Amino acid sequence: MLGFCQWLGNTPWSVALHESILAYPVVESVHVLTLCLFLGLVVMLDLRLLGVTMLKTPVSEVMGRLAPWTIAGFAVMAITGSLLFYAIPVKTYLNIFFRLKVLFLLLAGANTAVFHRMTSNNMSEWDQDPVPPLRARLAGGLSLVLWAGIVVAGRMIAYNWFDKEI
Amino acid sequence: MSVLSFFTWCENGSLGEAIRVSKWLFPVIESFHLLGLAVIGGAVLVVNLRLLGFGIERQPVAQLWRDTRPFLLGSLTVMLASGLLLFTSEATKLYYHGAFWLKMSSLLLSILFTFTVVRRVALADPRRVGPFRSRAVAFISIVLWSLVGIGGRWIGFS
Repeated sequence: MLGFCQWLGNTPWSVALHESILAYPVVESVHVLTLCLFLGLVVMLDLRLLGVTMLKTPVSEVMGRLAPWTIAGFAVMAITGSLLFYAIPVKTYLNIFFRLKVLFLLLAGANTAVFHRMTSNNMSEWDQDPVPPLRARLAGGLSLVLWAGIVVAGRMIAYNWFDKEI
Repeated sequence: MSVLSFFTWCENGSLGEAIRVSKWLFPVIESFHLLGLAVIGGAVLVVNLRLLGFGIERQPVAQLWRDTRPFLLGSLTVMLASGLLLFTSEATKLYYHGAFWLKMSSLLLSILFTFTVVRRVALADPRRVGPFRSRAVAFISIVLWSLVGIGGRWIGFS
């Protein structure tokens, strides 16, 4: 993996992006500001699942109408995030906060997959309930905690306190 | 007392000093600022996407405004508190930074616009607010809040 990152970091486009005066800051800014769109709407959905906001709106309505925006936001996050990694692969790969972020991302993905699997059959039973059943609340709460961890870990990648020397 | 000397005074206080000296404090406060950013984005977008006609439909805008207001106010409080702490650690630098003044003026406009114009449109009888007006108001609101974010991000470059 380290070998792959070293190879990636030596490709001309990676060097160009890393050393660019404008492109790197622009990609980084888009990554940070898309947080409002992607995570903002995920948080609102999670809060609905926890039964603390939009209690009169069916869960399916919140999920369905916000989904296109969340998916678009996630696509922007994934693309800009990959570019940020591509620009500085070796240092990022060795960064403990980056590894934590990847771990939390995988857990958040698993949480979402399990939630959709478990609720796809019976959501109509509690769609209108102000406070959804425990498993839905658990999914919402877990998602909030994991995404908060992803944001904090992501912010900390920039601080290289624990960087290992190769 | 000039604005600059006030900023310098803030920076020389023990709070600003403590944040500058500590290795952890600045990033930790920044993290809270970022978490607040996500929540404020969600609260603003739920109402404004609806006004644009692209959001939650089966619910009056007035209800969405009321439902998201505690989260808007809560995240705004977190943002202002954490922002103020970040400010005290580097106030003099910010005085000379155009982005800081862009951010502060658009923040003031965003708050004023949200709690007057957006609020009035959201709470009005939908039959009396044309779709054009709703959309224009939501568009302006999103542009103003975006300027706050862009200005904030820009402060970090220098």
